[in-house]
Amino acid sequence: MSHAALALKFGEAIGPLVAGSKDPHFTVRADAWLGVCEHLKGTLGFDFLQDLTATDHPKEGKLKLVAHFYGYGHRTMLAAKVELPRIGATVASLANVWRAAEWMEREAFDMFGIVFEGHPDLRRVLLPDDWVGHPLRKDYVEAGGYREISNERDNPLDQYLELDRKVRAVMDSAVKAAE
Amino acid sequence: MALDQLLITRKFGAGAQDEMILNVGPQHPSTHGVINFIVHADGEVIYRAVPEVGYLHRSLEKIGEIVTWTGYMPFTDRVDYIAAMFANEGWALAVEKLLGVEAPARAQYLRAISCELNRIGSHLISIGTMAMDVGATTPFPYALREREAINDLIEALCGARLTFNYHRIGGVAYDLPPGWADRCTAFLNHFDLVLSEWDRLISGNEIYLQRLAGLATVSAEMAIDYGLVGPNLRGSGVEFDLRKAHPYGAYRDFDFEVPIGRAYAGAKRGAKVGDCYDRFYVRVLECRESLKIVRQALAKLPPGEVMAKVPKRIKPPPGEVMVRVESARGEMGWYVVSDGGERAYRVRERTGSFLAMGIVEELSKGLMIADLIALIASLDVVAPEIDR
Repeated sequence: MSHAALALKFGEAIGPLVAGSKDPHFTVRADAWLGVCEHLKGTLGFDFLQDLTATDHPKEGKLKLVAHFYGYGHRTMLAAKVELPRIGATVASLANVWRAAEWMEREAFDMFGIVFEGHPDLRRVLLPDDWVGHPLRKDYVEAGGYREISNERDNPLDQYLELDRKVRAVMDSAVKAAE
Repeated sequence: MALDQLLITRKFGAGAQDEMILNVGPQHPSTHGVINFIVHADGEVIYRAVPEVGYLHRSLEKIGEIVTWTGYMPFTDRVDYIAAMFANEGWALAVEKLLGVEAPARAQYLRAISCELNRIGSHLISIGTMAMDVGATTPFPYALREREAINDLIEALCGARLTFNYHRIGGVAYDLPPGWADRCTAFLNHFDLVLSEWDRLISGNEIYLQRLAGLATVSAEMAIDYGLVGPNLRGSGVEFDLRKAHPYGAYRDFDFEVPIGRAYAGAKRGAKVGDCYDRFYVRVLECRESLKIVRQALAKLPPGEVMAKVPKRIKPPPGEVMVRVESARGEMGWYVVSDGGERAYRVRERTGSFLAMGIVEELSKGLMIADLIALIASLDVVAPEIDR
């Protein structure tokens, strides 16, 4: 119902409802994102931004921003996506529509490298500020370490294996001597 | 003008005369885990407190893309170690929805029983530490004593006291051991008395009431706007509980109330709906409701299997779901995408604590430093659930 209302108002900017994949969702054109969201909150009563995250699709060359909206009045969910290019992904920030978006957009920036225009304080939230790369992208490769803390360490079991070898050598030589 | 004063003025504006920057955390006993608050204060009064999180980030969402569907279940325990049962349940429900299977009725009841016991345990930690953080050290051991009894019950059920790994995709791991229902009933009868004792011990304490009445009030609109969920949202007077609004599992069979904030500390003490005391007392009341649910579930427990027929190697068809469960810290959203493979394409945990951190900076403006500690405690954030 909300989808039909949006399609009527925003026309081509709203994609068709994809219902075949469990929870239905639809795509919004990136330039209409802020307008659609303001309409969702202001007119259609979706007062709760339940979730804002992204998925990475390197084969299609796309990042998909996924938002879930919920209205405490009418108690219905709505899921919308924005497709963004993987290089230079930029979209309008929702921080002025829902304050909850502020932290979730920081996380999407941190993990996927999506830049939100008009965000009051866009910086990494979970990872350190000088971290390189965006880990939830599919092609992310770990750096060897972070600030001289290596990702790799010796296997603690190696010491025991070494000890094992020594003990066995001693026992073997004892057996040989007895023979 | 001295150089440091010049730097402060340049950074924070001319009004910031004697600004002091104080780090509360990351390892501080009253931050409930490893969180850092950068407090900009003038003496005892806070201009703003900026939360810095991420110290406990274990990249659980990325791990979800690496391990198999069934193999991810023990990792969900680590999302929120104080109330691990709910993450178990959320993951199981999400994958079941993708697969199109449903857990047998008995398993759904066992899920409800285990979750509600865990909710009481989690709320006991919350209300106990909150009393401790504002200076009342006595109630905390009382709360821990009861939590130990709950941990014993859950240990008898699934073998673990903290990271349960009890729920399975398609059911639960074990049926009730012999005599467990009687043990549980004995505890429930005992806990009824404990809750009355708790009211005498701390909830009705005049000093405690005056300390928290009217402190850091969150209006209903503000709570929704900032995405607060669970007891924090209900404390602000919004009557919303996923177990009632969108019942999942066995919850549609139970009769229980949804407590909301009603300025419980009393108008004469300056209480407002949505203050720290309301968030605290809503949790106390929720313990009573959880008791009711466990009693009903034990009474109505249907016979039968505890596992649906699910293949060993799971490959859900392509699709995506958003499953919401009411955790002890409020709504926990599981957005799971499958591409038809042996592993999830994307796992997203939308947790209450992460969003509760977003409101701290706004609420902290003008608070005293000691009140910041009360505020954090009343939001009941758990650091691993923020960072995941």
